[in-house]
Amino acid sequence: MKATVIVTLKPTVLDPQGMTIHRSLGSLGLTDITDVRQGKIFNLQLKAGNREQVEKLAKEVLTNPVIEEYRIIWE
Amino acid sequence: MKFGVVIFPGSNCEQDCHYAIQSVLGKPVEYIWHQDTSVQGFDAVILPGGFAYGDYLRTGALAKFSPVMRAVDDFAKKGGLVFGICNGFQILTEAGLLPGALLRNVGLKYVCRYEYLRTETTDTPYTNVMTKGRLLRIPIGHGDGNFFADADALKRIEDNGQVVFRYADANGKITQEANPNGSLNNIAGIVNEKRNVLGMMPHPDRSSEEILGSADGKLIFESMVNALVRT
Repeated sequence: MKATVIVTLKPTVLDPQGMTIHRSLGSLGLTDITDVRQGKIFNLQLKAGNREQVEKLAKEVLTNPVIEEYRIIWE
Repeated sequence: MKFGVVIFPGSNCEQDCHYAIQSVLGKPVEYIWHQDTSVQGFDAVILPGGFAYGDYLRTGALAKFSPVMRAVDDFAKKGGLVFGICNGFQILTEAGLLPGALLRNVGLKYVCRYEYLRTETTDTPYTNVMTKGRLLRIPIGHGDGNFFADADALKRIEDNGQVVFRYADANGKITQEANPNGSLNNIAGIVNEKRNVLGMMPHPDRSSEEILGSADGKLIFESMVNALVRT
């Protein structure tokens, strides 16, 4: 079983890296992209049925709840 | 009175802190290894600057799982003095001993230079020899020093007088130009509600002797000694 954990900054938190990427898009002519937010992806391999451990890892290690949020995609 | 300086894999300012305590202040100090499970016998614990665990995942994020941090957490909750400098500040926020978080600098660059810090409160074990408003010239050196807390947390920090230092200009004015990293309200250092845990991005360990360019950082260590003598 696989799990993908996507960690992003909360919408209320300034993302200087995403802003810098967004600012550079103008020179490529990609003007329809109105915002960029940078995040992290963690690809996990696990035994079937062990979802709780992934939730715990995502919540307690991969994310700082002060600034970040996460979502998990199972496959 | 004994100070302890924690060494994590990737710490790189532990010798600066050790030197400041031992040679400048003339007080006993020992290193504490990150695998240690006790800080018994120490009166104050310093988490030094550096890149603990390579700053992988997030700055300070993996250091909080070191065995020593459980002991530091207990020590802090019992009122012990815990002082995090730079990476040490990042570790303390990740460990939940201080509110907020340190984000990437707004300019995205590592900034290494002297800053003026305005002392916002003297009611801490770290600022008891200063007068309120005292300007300190202390250097910073960090890429992730942009202090953030959500609106409610920030209000609590401000209302409780937990802001200890703010980035200021040479006249003590708190301006946007004097803010090197985008920190909310120009915050450079805060204490917890009980006021025994301090975290700050600037380096008093690099500025405790005139020969280094400034001795202002020494006032913070002297305050700690002062606080420990009183107790």
